[in-house]
Amino acid sequence: MEWETVIGLEIHAQLATKSKIFSGASTAYGAEPNTQACAVDLGLPGVLPVLNEQAVHLALRFGVAIGAEIAPYSVFSRKNYFYPDLPKGYQISQFELPIVGQGVLDIEVEGETKRIGVTRAHLEEDAGKSLHEDFQGLSGIDLNRAGTPLLEIVSEPDMRSAKEAVAYMKKIHTLVRYLGICDGNMQEGSFRCDANVSVRPKGQAEFGTRAEVKNLNSFRFVEKAINYEVERQIDRIESGLSVVQETRLYDSDLDETRSMRSKEEANDYRYFPDPDLLPVVITEALIEQARGELPELPDAKKLRFKEQYGVDEETAVLLTHSKDTADYYEAVISASGCEVKLCTNWVTGHLAGALNKDGLDITQSPIGHARFAGLLARIADNTISGKIAKQVFEALWHSDQTADEIIDQKGLKQITDTGAIEAIIDEVIANNAGQVEQYLSGKDKVFGFFVGQVMKLTQGKANPGEVNAMLKEKLKR
Amino acid sequence: MHNQTIAELAKGLQAGEFSSQELTTAHLARIKQHSGLNCFITVTEVEALAQAKIADQLISDGKAGPLTGIPLAHKDIFCTQGIKTSCGSKMLDNFQAPYNATVIERFNQAGAVTLGKLNMDEFAMGSSNETSFFGPVKNPWDHSAVPGGSSGGSACAVAARLAVGATGTDTGGSIRQPAAFCGITGLKPTYGRVSRYGMIAFASSLDQGGPMTRTVEDAALMLQTMAGFDSRDSTSVDKPVPDYSTGLNDSLAGLKIGLPKEFFGDNLNTQMAQVVEEAIAEYTRLGAEVVEVSMPNINLSIPAYYIIAPAECSANLSRFDGVRYGHRCEAPEDLNDLYIRSRGEGFGSEVKRRILIGTYALSTGYYDAYYLQAQKIRRLISDDFKKVLSEVDVLMGPVTPTPAFGLGEKTGDPIEMYLSDMYTIAVNLAGLPALSIPAGFVDQKPVGLQIIGNYFDEARLLNVAHRFQQETDWHQQAPAGIE
Repeated sequence: MEWETVIGLEIHAQLATKSKIFSGASTAYGAEPNTQACAVDLGLPGVLPVLNEQAVHLALRFGVAIGAEIAPYSVFSRKNYFYPDLPKGYQISQFELPIVGQGVLDIEVEGETKRIGVTRAHLEEDAGKSLHEDFQGLSGIDLNRAGTPLLEIVSEPDMRSAKEAVAYMKKIHTLVRYLGICDGNMQEGSFRCDANVSVRPKGQAEFGTRAEVKNLNSFRFVEKAINYEVERQIDRIESGLSVVQETRLYDSDLDETRSMRSKEEANDYRYFPDPDLLPVVITEALIEQARGELPELPDAKKLRFKEQYGVDEETAVLLTHSKDTADYYEAVISASGCEVKLCTNWVTGHLAGALNKDGLDITQSPIGHARFAGLLARIADNTISGKIAKQVFEALWHSDQTADEIIDQKGLKQITDTGAIEAIIDEVIANNAGQVEQYLSGKDKVFGFFVGQVMKLTQGKANPGEVNAMLKEKLKR
Repeated sequence: MHNQTIAELAKGLQAGEFSSQELTTAHLARIKQHSGLNCFITVTEVEALAQAKIADQLISDGKAGPLTGIPLAHKDIFCTQGIKTSCGSKMLDNFQAPYNATVIERFNQAGAVTLGKLNMDEFAMGSSNETSFFGPVKNPWDHSAVPGGSSGGSACAVAARLAVGATGTDTGGSIRQPAAFCGITGLKPTYGRVSRYGMIAFASSLDQGGPMTRTVEDAALMLQTMAGFDSRDSTSVDKPVPDYSTGLNDSLAGLKIGLPKEFFGDNLNTQMAQVVEEAIAEYTRLGAEVVEVSMPNINLSIPAYYIIAPAECSANLSRFDGVRYGHRCEAPEDLNDLYIRSRGEGFGSEVKRRILIGTYALSTGYYDAYYLQAQKIRRLISDDFKKVLSEVDVLMGPVTPTPAFGLGEKTGDPIEMYLSDMYTIAVNLAGLPALSIPAGFVDQKPVGLQIIGNYFDEARLLNVAHRFQQETDWHQQAPAGIE
């Protein structure tokens, strides 16, 4: 039988606010345990939550970016369950009336564009962390993360493969960073997702029973966990068993998912409106403000790059997947004054390769866009050859000097004096009579030997075009 | 000294007739002398004397306000930094709050002295102070009777002259009912008028702190300090606080009083009805006009309240899990055991009952039938109030159907206990201000008159109640053995 996979994702994006969603404590990552948890985060008796306005602005920005309905009136609810890292015994979230309603997002998979529905996005607070190691059989609780603002973005079950799910998640990842609402740091848990996965015989209208795989914090894990889960479910059905509705955990070491709790063991969260918080009222003016704060969005930028810079789809994706890369690229074009093609090749080629090798992103590049543009300008005006440029690039990577300073200091300037080049060519011809004979007898390949000799003697500084032309002239048969 | 009001004592302090340290010492001695009433959970003698000393300095520097040096006491529901804040529960018997409630902060800034923390029903759940882990409080008028609840310690301490004034909280009548049972003045302000920050939550949408004093004039002074916007409480209202003392003596000529006929039905004991009717007659002598009004949905108050309040409390009390603070069972075997035994041992039976009711009412399949229905009733009751308060200035009626009942009389029957709040609960559901003032006696026990006003109309309520106290001396009576 042919099977169809159905996937829906719940993405948790940590909002880039300075303080927590309901308290004034800092959200900075990596502090000593429990040093960034105030009375409110600790759930002390008598404390009350106060909504962080910035979190609302950031959620709105996301909503308008995906063209979603914005609720004029949304409500915070309490989601009740007991867990040691949930200090109040309930999580403040949004249930019936989320701030962001239906929206859509287009993804591209294997050259095809597909529209994915976003059901809703709501604000909620994160829980703390339970630490199960280093406590001699006991568990430790770190409440630094408790109260960190999250935007939970819930998709429709519109994805039909792990690849589509990853493409969707990447798309949201790019978008939230463009919008400046989330740093997207997946190692630190700032961006993670739960995947709802089910299978059904191809052509069947009803959904199969789904399993929810929790807490996937890398694109690779999303893909692997879904693929594992799909296979597991198909295996079960084909061997006469049924899929159980349950929550599962992905173990990346063993590359498998494991049951966490079944539907019967699931909590009844007993949602009800939080009486400590007033409903959030969003005016048209606030929505307009959010719209005004929108940067050029990834899709629009990609389209513009293709038109304005004549780059192909793949290159456009590379250049626009992060706003920082796109900004760097455009800054280089405008500062260098060079031909776009040269800039494109160097940004997506040599620079991207070097960054990748050192595991850096563009904002961490040792070569800022101004120094990089300086290098490209010298290639464009023939001061240095492409080969020498790679040498200069290396030097730029390891110093704060400009390309011009490096070229000067190391004497890398291209030799354009034809007299000087001619003298060297004459010397090469005189010293290699054997090779000259071979060439003259029709062995064209030997031509490269002469070019190499000239470049060697000029330490690569001779203009290759010139060398070629002059050699040809001198070695005329 | 202890028979004087806040207003009188402030004058004496400023005239140098006595010091705050003398006043505080005298009250501390009275607290010891009457410890049998069981009003206090914690007496903060050292801190009180230190505060009195600072107050005396402020007074001699000419920097005193109306509450500087006045010895007050606080319901043990308000968090007090470094001082045990038990909320009447074993769960928090070991809990010292690391911060002050906004209300406490405001009294500290006003230079008031805190004598200690007052007994109360556990987590403010009760109408007789009998659910307290620290034992019941006695009614100073009749030691075999309850003082009312949940602010029973506050009412008793003020009636017995152990503190000049006290704070209380009112979720369904917890200020007004004990004030009535103990013959004192108690005001529940409009929801949002007094910050709830640092006030341990029972039912967040209903809880409101307020003053409990012997006179209305004193209630106005205390409310002046307590009221006002607090950015730490999202439900507190950013609205200017009027001067509550200036209009106290305004004439009541032409005041329109509504008497909800539902308050004078069969449930009301005839002697009680008589006291209330006589009080209202006093108002007609003062020039007020009295009309009967009807609030058809008010009889649904108790069922609606006993869904909404337990629902909220079931979540509010989840934080007491034995993990971070409060009672923790001995040697828990695992996480579930830690939860079950810590909560099982830490909470008393009334608290457990309400957590169970609330959990049930919010459960899948029951939410619509209970919680949502109760919220609908709540809106109907609010609408009833809005309608009648657009026709009259204030509403009057009894606070309780009977005077203080006997200790142990209703502990076996929760429903019977809940019914003792039948006249007070609707006000909380609507979020309105209301107060209770002494209006007479039945069987030698005090009876209260309830006055309900429009939103943020505390100044008018105080004016209406104060004029009554100018014409009567019910509020000046003291229990036997207290002089």
